Amino acid sequence: MLTVTEQKPLEEITKFLEPYKKVYIIGCGTCPTMLHTGGKTEVIEMKKKLEAAGKEVTGWMVIPTVCDTLTKDALVEEKKCVDPAEALLIMSCAFGVQTVGLYSGKAVYPALNTMFMGREESPGVFAEVCAQCGSCRLGRTAAICPLVRCAKSLQNGPCGGSVGGKCEVDPNTPCAWQLIIDRLAALGELEKLEDIEPPQDWGKSHSGGPRRIKVEV
Amino acid sequence: MKAGTNLERVLESGGFAVTAEAGPPKGTNPKLIVRKADTLRACCDAVNITDNQTAIVRMCSLAGCVLLKQQGVDPVMQMVTRDRNRIALQSDVLGAIALGIGNILCLTGDHQKFGNHPTAKGVFDIDSIQLVRALKNMRDDKQFICGEPVSGEVPLFIGAVENPFADPFEYRVTRLAKKVKAGADFIQTQAVFDVPKFAKWMRMVTDRGLDKQVHIMAGIIPIKSAGMAKYMKESVSGVEVPDDIITRLEQTKDVKAEGVKIALEIVQEVREIPGVHGIHFMAVGWEDIVPDIVGKAGLLPRPAVPAAV
Repeated sequence: MLTVTEQKPLEEITKFLEPYKKVYIIGCGTCPTMLHTGGKTEVIEMKKKLEAAGKEVTGWMVIPTVCDTLTKDALVEEKKCVDPAEALLIMSCAFGVQTVGLYSGKAVYPALNTMFMGREESPGVFAEVCAQCGSCRLGRTAAICPLVRCAKSLQNGPCGGSVGGKCEVDPNTPCAWQLIIDRLAALGELEKLEDIEPPQDWGKSHSGGPRRIKVEV
Repeated sequence: MKAGTNLERVLESGGFAVTAEAGPPKGTNPKLIVRKADTLRACCDAVNITDNQTAIVRMCSLAGCVLLKQQGVDPVMQMVTRDRNRIALQSDVLGAIALGIGNILCLTGDHQKFGNHPTAKGVFDIDSIQLVRALKNMRDDKQFICGEPVSGEVPLFIGAVENPFADPFEYRVTRLAKKVKAGADFIQTQAVFDVPKFAKWMRMVTDRGLDKQVHIMAGIIPIKSAGMAKYMKESVSGVEVPDDIITRLEQTKDVKAEGVKIALEIVQEVREIPGVHGIHFMAVGWEDIVPDIVGKAGLLPRPAVPAAV
């Protein structure tokens, strides 16, 4: 599982940074490194682009996992270069951006869009598999999630646009329900789909408000 | 009688029903609905008002249905779950009933990506089957989805759609069965061009006895150009247009007359298929042709079934 990210267009980034002269860049050694969106190579490229755009880059680092609390210590260690910067540009997922925001006390900007939690289907191809809805019902659907893999999040079978095993929204995307039906047929469990699935409890998802949970430690 | 609408009376009396779709305007002019009502009144038992079809913003179905009703046409209010959550959907059902609308057709709706606001958030809080079930519970148990009571009567004739031409083919009958179990009283299908495939699907439907539990109306799209046929074949998911239909439209000298002829042939063929209780025209932008086809098919005059039946 990876947090899949993509780089924002440079124009969007330079617009964020318009009011600032001095910028510090932080990359991430985990998911963005694997996805080539915010590893060392991309951080150095970004440095060059920002310098070409007239910015002074006071320094950069690639933190092993920006979302970790150790980011706080990394910022302290890099104080000499971070302090002169007016803004920090974070080349990590939104989790990392928020972590830096929490600890740095400076203006913090994202260089990436955080897309989804993905699985690498084939080399370099990542697909969304879980929407973190908070009420997992994969037991009904042969361990394929229709909530996130069906464009309409249908709970009761494929829509009228499923043709040749593909989703009508994108011919490169498999129809989740075709996958579910094929796998249930192979398991001899198609009767699972005869029952009407009741409406989802979205209250357990983000619809219920920002989620928090306390576990015994 | 569940709602006592004209459509329900025709179907329940064993008649072969005729309905047609009327797309509401991309604007505020009520006369456009009035004009369609004038065109379709004498040849249809009820007229559907689509709900922002293909995810393009249009006058809301509820308002369109009220305008139809004022013109003496029995409206079928289409409701998609793409744009509204369960709170808004149930609220609109209450309002529709208060304004005298009795037929409601439940759909999930085309994905917003295909419309004129492709960056919109798709709601999809519930799906079409869950909406059918919700309407049935409102009518029969006087309960909202949450279980709280609905006050007042809830006379509803509940519709749903099915596409016999989408995949996986075998599952399409199971899906229809789910819609029937959820509470659908009538079904309007996707457009039929491939009659043998439709007949095969109907055999599977009748084998399960579903035709005894729900009124199935076959969808008909009159085609007025070869280009339109090709577009539907290539770009409309789940619509199958056989090549010979395209060839006929390409080779004819009078393409509109040929289009009418093809539609008439399909109407006559589906009428013969056991379990088909009516036809539903989706003459997008060509509503004017519907009276002609209905007349030539020998389906006029439409039955006047008194409310007491």
